[in-house]
Order: sequence, then C-alpha cells, then structure tokens
Amino acid sequence: MVAIGAAVKEPGSTRKNKTGSWRTFKPILDKETCIECENCVMFCPEGCIDKNYDIDYDYCKGCGICAEECPVKAIKMERE
Amino acid sequence: MELPEKEFLAPGHRACAGCGATIGVRLALKMLGENTVAVSATGCLEVITTPYPETAWEIPWMHVAFENAAAVASGVESALKAQGKTDTNVVVFGGDGGTADIGLQALSGAMERGHNLIYICYDNEAYMNTGIQRSGATPYGASTTTSPHGKESFGEDKPKKNMPMIMAAHGVPYVATASISYPEDFMKKVKKAAEVDGPAYIHLQQPCTTGWGYSPAKTIDLGRLAVETGSWILYEIEEGEFKVTYRPIQRKMVSEYLNAQKRFKHLSDLEKEKIQSHVDAICVELKI
Amino acid sequence: MVLKVMSSNQAIAEAVKLAKPKVIPVYPITPQTTISEYLAKYVADGDINAEYIRVESEHSAISACLGASGTGVRVFTATSSQGLALMHEIIFAAAGLRAPIVMADANRALSAPLSIWNDQQDSISERDSGWMQIYAENGQEALDSVLMSYKVSENKEVLLPTMVCVDGFILTHTVDPVDVPDEEEVDKFLPDYNPEHAYLDPKRPMSIGTFTDPDYYMEARHDMEVAMEKAKAVISDVSQEFADTFGRKYDFIEKYRSEDADTILIAMGSICSTIKDVVDELREQGEKVGLVRVRVFRPFPVEEIYDAIKGASNVGVIDKNFSFSIGGVLHNNIKSMMDVNAAGFIVGLGGRDIKPSHIKEIVEKTNNPSDKPQWIGLNKEEQ
Ligand SMILES: Cc1ncc(C[n+]2csc(CCOP(=O)(O)OP(=O)(O)O)c2C)c(N)n1
Ligand code: SF4
Ligand code: SF4
Ligand code: SF4
Ligand SMILES: [Mg+2]
Repeated sequence: MVAIGAAVKEPGSTRKNKTGSWRTFKPILDKETCIECENCVMFCPEGCIDKNYDIDYDYCKGCGICAEECPVKAIKMERE
Repeated sequence: MELPEKEFLAPGHRACAGCGATIGVRLALKMLGENTVAVSATGCLEVITTPYPETAWEIPWMHVAFENAAAVASGVESALKAQGKTDTNVVVFGGDGGTADIGLQALSGAMERGHNLIYICYDNEAYMNTGIQRSGATPYGASTTTSPHGKESFGEDKPKKNMPMIMAAHGVPYVATASISYPEDFMKKVKKAAEVDGPAYIHLQQPCTTGWGYSPAKTIDLGRLAVETGSWILYEIEEGEFKVTYRPIQRKMVSEYLNAQKRFKHLSDLEKEKIQSHVDAICVELKI
Repeated sequence: MVLKVMSSNQAIAEAVKLAKPKVIPVYPITPQTTISEYLAKYVADGDINAEYIRVESEHSAISACLGASGTGVRVFTATSSQGLALMHEIIFAAAGLRAPIVMADANRALSAPLSIWNDQQDSISERDSGWMQIYAENGQEALDSVLMSYKVSENKEVLLPTMVCVDGFILTHTVDPVDVPDEEEVDKFLPDYNPEHAYLDPKRPMSIGTFTDPDYYMEARHDMEVAMEKAKAVISDVSQEFADTFGRKYDFIEKYRSEDADTILIAMGSICSTIKDVVDELREQGEKVGLVRVRVFRPFPVEEIYDAIKGASNVGVIDKNFSFSIGGVLHNNIKSMMDVNAAGFIVGLGGRDIKPSHIKEIVEKTNNPSDKPQWIGLNKEEQ
C-alpha cells in the first residue's frame, strides 16, 4: 500500500535509515579539550551532534567537517 | 547569537557526506521555527530528503516540479492568507538551476506579485542532482559535464548570472547573499527575511564536495575561501539600501580558492589572472 | 426558477462563485479569457471571497493551484489549448498528488499552425493524465458540471482532479438561458472541502511530493486507476443527488433517440446539438438514426456506451481530435474496449464549420463504412 499521493505523514522518518554505516572515519570528540564554541554543532550536515557535544554515530557519515572546524582540535578522525 | 537547539531536518537523509546544502537548510529552519511550510524545487535537496516512505522534514513540506517552486509557494501563501493563517512562514528552497535557469519566470512572477515568502536559492553552482551540468550560476572557468574543459575549451565561458541583483530589480523589500560558512550572518538574514512583509530573497552559496571536487571535510573551508578571496560577496539590500555585511580583513588571492577545487584545476595562470582581475574590479568598487 | 441568458464562460464563472474556492490562480487565453475576467471582477466586487492570483503563466496557474490545494483549500483555474499544453507537466503532477482541482478548459486547437478556434485536441491530449474529463453540450451543463465535479473530485474514494471541457467560441462565446442555482442549496449540496489525505499544516507536518523508487511508483499509479474506477459510482451518486436537489439529471452518456436506432452516431460536446437536429430531420424521413453523446470521457463509461449501441447495425464515431496513424481517440477507445464495428470520422479541426450536411454525409458513410477514419469537411482539392 502506498499512501495517497505518496505523502509521508511521519515527519523526520529518515531516522530509520542509519547512515552511520557509510562512515570510514569516525570523529572522536574530547570534551576535556572542547571549549563549547558550537562550531561542530552548527556545521554538521547531519545535525547529529547534540547540545552536550555527544555525536550520534547512528547517523554520523564521517565527513570530518566537525574536526576540520574545531578551533581547538578537540575532534580527531579515527579509521573505523 | 544563540543557536536554537531544535532540528527541523532529521538525519538519515541521503545527502553525500559533507553536503553543504543540508547545513544551509538546517540553519535556516532553526531561525524560522516550527510554524513554517517549506516548498522545494526538484534537485539534490528534494531527492535526498524525501525518499518515500521516509522524509527528513519535521515541518510541512511540498515539492511539485523543477521550475515551479515559487509558483507552488505562491499558492501555499495565498491559501494560508485566505484562511487567516498569516503567521505561518512560507520558505522555498530552490537550487541554482531551479532558480536562475528553469525557475526564473515563476520566481519573477512570485516576487513581482509580492507574496509574503522567503525564497532561498541554495547555490552549488551547477545541476548536481543530475550529475554536475552547468547552470547560469556556474562561475567562469568551471569545468562541468556540459561545459567540460578540453583542447578547445577552458570550461564555462560565461560569468555567473547575477541572480540577487535580478531579484533586487524586482524592488522586493529584502535581498541578501549569504554563505553557509558564515552562519551568524546567514541566520540573521533569514530572520530579517522572515520579518519583512512581502517577498524576500536570499542567495546562499553552498560548496558541494561532489560537484566542486574537494574532500568532504573542507566544505566550510571552501565557503570561507570564496568569501575571503572576494569571489563571493556577502551583502544585503534592505528596502533598496545596499550594504556589504562582511569584509575580509585582508583579501586572499583567488587562486587559493580555485586551486582547492578540481573543477578549476585545468585553468592556466592566464585564466586565473583574468578571474582575479574580475574579482578585483568588483571588490574595489565595493571597497572590499 | 430564474433563467439568465449567458455564455458558457459566464455560466462557469457563476458556478465558481457558488463553489466558493479560496484560491483562484488564472491566466488569460482565448477563448477562456472571459472566465478569468468574470472571476477577477467577482473577486474585486467581493462576490467571491478568494485570493485571485494574477500568475505569469498557465504553468504557474496550475502550480499555484496545487500549492493551495495542498494547503487544504478548494481551488479553481481555467485554460485553453496552448495554456493547457503548457500546464502538461503539472497536469500529471496534480493527479498524482491526488489534488481535487477543478479546471475548465475552453476547447481550442493546438498550434501549429496557430489557431484560436475550436477542436478538442487540447484536452484529449491530456487524457492519460489521471484527470476526469467532462464534455458539456451547453452553458447549463457546464455550470452544473463544475458543481458536481468538486463533489466527485473531493470524495475520499476518488481524490482526482476534473477538467470540465466546453467548446471554444461555440459555447464560450454564445449565449443561452441558464438556471443559476440558489446559493443556499449549493452550500448544502457542496459543503467545504476538508482534506485528510494530504495538507500542509504545521500542527501535523507531512511531506507531499516525495521521491519514489520502483518499489512504490507503480502502486501509486495503480491506486489512481482504482480511484478512477471508483469514481464511476461516485459520479452516479452525485448526479442523482444533484438531480434530486436541482432537478437536472446528467448521466455518463446521453441517449438521444438511440433506443431503436439502426444507425447511431457517437460524439462529444456542442456538435451534439447539430447532430440532434439532423437526427430529428432524418427520423421524420423514416431513417432510424440516433445519437449517443459521451459526457464523461474519463472515467471511460464502457458499459454505458456498449449498452446504448449494441443493438444498432451501424455505429459512427465523430472526433474533433486526431491521433496520427490511428484516427480519432474516442473512436479508438470505443473500438478497443467493445466488440463493435464502428466507423470513425474526423471533423471540425481548428474551427472548421460542421454543417448539418456534414452530419448527413457521416450517417451515409456510417451505413456504408470504410476501414480508415474519414476526414469530413476538408476542402475539396485536399481530398
Ligand atoms: C522540467 C525538468 N527538466 C529537467 C529535469 C531534470 N533535473 C532534475 S534536477 C536538475 C538539476 C537541479 O539543479 P539545481 O537546481 O542546481 O539543484 P541541485 O541538484 O544542484 O541541488 C535537473 C536538470 C527535471 N526534473 N524537470
Ligand atoms: S564527521 Fe561529519 S557527520 Fe560526523 S559528526 Fe562530524 S560533521 Fe557530523
Ligand atoms: S567545535 Fe570543538 S570546541 Fe567547538 S564545540 Fe565542537 S568540539 Fe567543542
Ligand atoms: S551532490 Fe553536492 S549538493 Fe548534492 S547531495 Fe551531494 S554534496 Fe549535497
Ligand atoms: Mg545546483
């Protein structure tokens, strides 16, 4: 059964698709070093770094933007 | 500026790792909030966010075709108005192709009619969804699959179409350029766009790892280089008043921006100098 | 009952006034233009409480209809010929998104060569879009069909848009007495549109116009076919309710002196008035001739047509459209869907006048059929 007009009534349902499996490099965030500038939160294309600076690895695609944009190098990219 | 916490674009979408388009949409929606209806043109953003039976959107969203997003949004806005729901934001996300090329007529009509909507062109400077073909917004010298470089060609041979100024010529109350690499500047502009009564247009530059040819981690870096070299200028036009909103402290050489991308790799020094002098002329005029 | 003399275009505008759409995006084109003007005036005078969008093209007219319909309100637009062709892409999208839009089409030939005059090639060319199609014979039927179409389109079993077609100039610009129904009665017959399947509401966010892969597309299209089939019962019910309320009954087809006829002509639209006159004349001369007028073209009323013509020895189908190498589309639909020998005739393209003598020629040729569809009314040197 396809919904009438193929409308999707479950907002945010792409969450079912765990894009974490795409990753080859994994960002590791060191909270000790972090100065809470929010750069990584702002720039993550997946929006998967929360306000406590926890990374949701279910969705993180490992793009490396967060590590690149961290002013204090608190995020390291490690091979999976 | 405080970054609103709530996300209105869910993860799990199918964008390439490091996509600049989704960064732009996330930030814009944070400013617009939940009382917003979004309309998309066909393109990367539409395809990556709504693979049936899933959607990444947390707000109501509609897509009909490639060239008509502004017309669809005109209908949405008018219908909301007819129902007295004038507090709902209507935002359009159109790619550079859906905006500067095939959608220009519908956009011009919507702007001229004065619908109260926010049109955001997310500009990755080519038709990315269909595999990196040139658009009117492709910059001079860029190699794309339909403006390839070769023995007889240095790539795209026309300068980028000046879309924001075309919008300004419509006399709409708010026009701005922005970059995902300057989120505060962008988000302030989205807020202003939402607050004006009538149409607002924001032309958002958004580096694309796949189409421009650079490592995904460098998306923000590339957007910054565009602005710091004067290749992309951040300004706004409020009620006809033009204002540069960000001036690089010391303008970098354009070649630094060009050399970081595969699409410009083929350019000779002579061509790069030509691009530099073109950028210089504009920056001198704007005192950048 | 107060009869007012008006054109079909005005009758359609009167119907729209009664149906109370909230958004009307419309773009002028001959011979639809006066619809866009009447509606603009009604809105300007406050007779219709709607947002009238002065779109910059028909493509945007139908796109804005879709956006507004997606927001959960009733909408209307009208077009013709080049305008309908320009809408083509969004015509399919509107049906696929299951938007119950009602649109009037003033039937006009498609360019080239450029012609502003009547034939039905424009709407016939959209037959596979998923829209229901009604071909009216006069202004009264056009008005009534707009009202009934909203009720059918908005039915939850259906949710497909409807095109109400009227022959350009022949109907759009000639006047007839029309009974304009009473507003209160129409309000009862046609309550507000309250969509459940899809609407843009921040309180219940949904995504409309998603991207389907091969796992879903075919089902979505099949569902439309199921809805088109279900529309048949809904059309019957709505017709009956309309007849009970307003005293005028419309079926899928109209049978005119066809019950005992040896020769039956089948046609759509205003040409049927001419055919009726010829039928009367030939009947007086003792020829058993009749007419079956197809009113609802999509969903295609196979059983109704077959029942009406199965007793006749000779059947002739008249088309104001043409599919290359094939012939008239109505003719071919009939031949492909039922076991009848039917002769096909192409008439009236680009406004070519159809005289009673042409109809008599068609009757004659129907009684002595040839295999190929025949073009009637061509200038002699062309034949
Ligand atoms: C009428 C029409 N022509 C062509 C296409 C094919 N098409 C789909 S998306 C697209 C390019 C989109 O480019 P842009 O607007 O820049 O968005 P992007 O994919 O780069 O985000 C094209 C050519 C289409 N869907 N519809
Ligand atoms: S690597 Fe990319 S996707 Fe993963 S958390 Fe960092 S920015 Fe987000
Ligand atoms: S970018 Fe670095 S410093 Fe800033 S919040 Fe993220 S981890 Fe902390
Ligand atoms: S091609 Fe570019 S714009 Fe499209 S999803 Fe990939 S990174 Fe984003
Ligand atoms: Mg693009």
